[in-house]
Amino acid sequence: MSVLSRIAAAASVLGALSGPALAEADPERGEALYRPCAACHMIGEGAIHRIGPHLNGIMDRGIGMVEGYRFSEIFEEAAAAGEVWTEMALDGFIANPGGYLPGTAMVFRGIRGADDRADLIAFLIQEGGSSEAPAAAGEDTGPSPEVAAILEFEGDVAYGQFLSSECTACHIGQGGDDIPSIRGLTPTVFIAGMVAYRSGERQHQVMNTLAARLGDEEIAALAAYFLSENH
Amino acid sequence: MSINRRTFLSTAAAVSATLATPMIARAQSMPRVVVVGGGAGGATAAKYIARDSNGAIDVTLIEPTRSYYTCFFSNLYIGGFYEFDDLGHTYGNLASSYGINVVHDWATGVDRDAKTVSLAGGGSVPYDRLVLSPGIDFVEDSVPGWSLAAQGKMPHAYKGGTQAQLLKAQVAAMPEGGTFAMVAPPNPYRCPPGPYERISMVAHMLKNTNPTAKILLVDPKESFSKQGLFEDGWQRHYPGMITRIGPDFGGDIVEVDPDAMTVSIDGVVENVDVCNVIPAQQAGLIAQAADITDGNWAPVSAYDMSSKIDPEIHVLGDSAAQGAMPKSGFSANSQAKVCANAVIAALTDARAFPPRYANTCWSLIETDDGVKVGATYEASDEGIVSTSSFISEVGETPETRAETYRESLGWYDAIVEDMFG
Repeated sequence: MSVLSRIAAAASVLGALSGPALAEADPERGEALYRPCAACHMIGEGAIHRIGPHLNGIMDRGIGMVEGYRFSEIFEEAAAAGEVWTEMALDGFIANPGGYLPGTAMVFRGIRGADDRADLIAFLIQEGGSSEAPAAAGEDTGPSPEVAAILEFEGDVAYGQFLSSECTACHIGQGGDDIPSIRGLTPTVFIAGMVAYRSGERQHQVMNTLAARLGDEEIAALAAYFLSENH
Repeated sequence: MSINRRTFLSTAAAVSATLATPMIARAQSMPRVVVVGGGAGGATAAKYIARDSNGAIDVTLIEPTRSYYTCFFSNLYIGGFYEFDDLGHTYGNLASSYGINVVHDWATGVDRDAKTVSLAGGGSVPYDRLVLSPGIDFVEDSVPGWSLAAQGKMPHAYKGGTQAQLLKAQVAAMPEGGTFAMVAPPNPYRCPPGPYERISMVAHMLKNTNPTAKILLVDPKESFSKQGLFEDGWQRHYPGMITRIGPDFGGDIVEVDPDAMTVSIDGVVENVDVCNVIPAQQAGLIAQAADITDGNWAPVSAYDMSSKIDPEIHVLGDSAAQGAMPKSGFSANSQAKVCANAVIAALTDARAFPPRYANTCWSLIETDDGVKVGATYEASDEGIVSTSSFISEVGETPETRAETYRESLGWYDAIVEDMFG
């Protein structure tokens, strides 16, 4: 699909929506707001599943209905119930992911400003197309080489426990409205997140500073420890 | 002989009768760790040693108060952003979940040869390793005219608890257009941005209830933590309200008169309505009593926080002279984890891991205007040294500042769970 026709499709979707917020939304601003999302989600031509599923064609698609991604239980339930990513559903989820779909694996505290969310959703439509005319996804070739290299390590659980005490100064075991809980993440998700903080691809002053001194072995140890805690 | 409760009790009685001073009876076969001070350093150390040794170490925590009120976030209480009751925490869970023997008493002395800690309530507690995390005490006569006896008139409010309540009440009762003065402490002291966050919180309170009031900040230091961020924030939120008198204008030559409610700055006497005196600080008195201080603080090894004077005593948090880390609750919590790992490795066959430290200090300037400073640290022969650091920037978006503030709320919940949960 050409860029022009994608924009046309996005424009027709925009026109179909009655919500005044989205009609006036600014997808260019939304692109800037998408930056933290990009650490986990790809969007646009050639997008593949990473930590989270790619977001091509998400608007008006069934929740948890994209192929090739293993969703958490709450998404499977929503899919079974026939829930759909309407504008309202996306808005509610982005405002407070853990509150809207409790148990979601998405470690993100949400965006509080309604205008910010509208701009971001406009960007998702512009870049990923609608459910009827989604941007073409790419072929999933598995985790990035950096993540795959760390997955190769057999994580030292005892060392991971010691290292994790640096995490628990800020990350509460259960819940946490203002700093997300990090327990229960699969190793791939955890490692990809830490790698993104270490490289600066995902930005946060505290996390970038702490992750910068973690070697591959230490990230693997942490992942192994957090995994062992779930059992 | 079969052991039942009766014979155990009579044996215990016989043992204590044979000792010159009654010992608190504990399992003798296990290595014993005594922790003095149940704050961010001590509570964390006690919990981690008990939990991560899987019951192989007998841990006693000595802390005088039953309800511990955190000093961190007491400024937010003064500003009206946090409830006083939410700053209070108890030790019940440390006892029930981790088997820590919590003794509510004052530790009054340490016999380093006998390896015992004496208690104000009588008796003593034996240790194989001792962890001291007593926070700060004030240096007498560091602010001429002020003493602890004057803390009712001129509160320090620098150890949390009722002093913070008193200061808030005094600010609320200030006459219209009155003057709030703060005598800031010289370096080094607990919580480097603390006095300046407090100025911000008092300004926030006055702006709403007493907008013509003035704030006089008397400071012996040339510069202070997050200075650019605070001064930018004060200009934006509280224009004309705050005057800082640094050492170039006599901020280091200060005297107070608590009865007359005056502050004399290089001989010029000012009448004030509230005066928050934060004196010069030193290691908690038990560190002095244990005779492990050099000057005002207790020098420690950066590798395991053990005293350079007695390696079987570890010193955490504000009391320790460790190098580059600021004296903060976050630092104490971080040091406690390194110490716990080292103590467990020394007393059992568990592994020791390379020490690593981190700190972040959040400060609130005005509603939803939060800033932070932080760093990672490592051990060296010369002390703890910084490896990397960050600080908020002047001109950040309101969204970033609001997010930083919310992050500080999340940190409070997490560190309290890390200490007591």
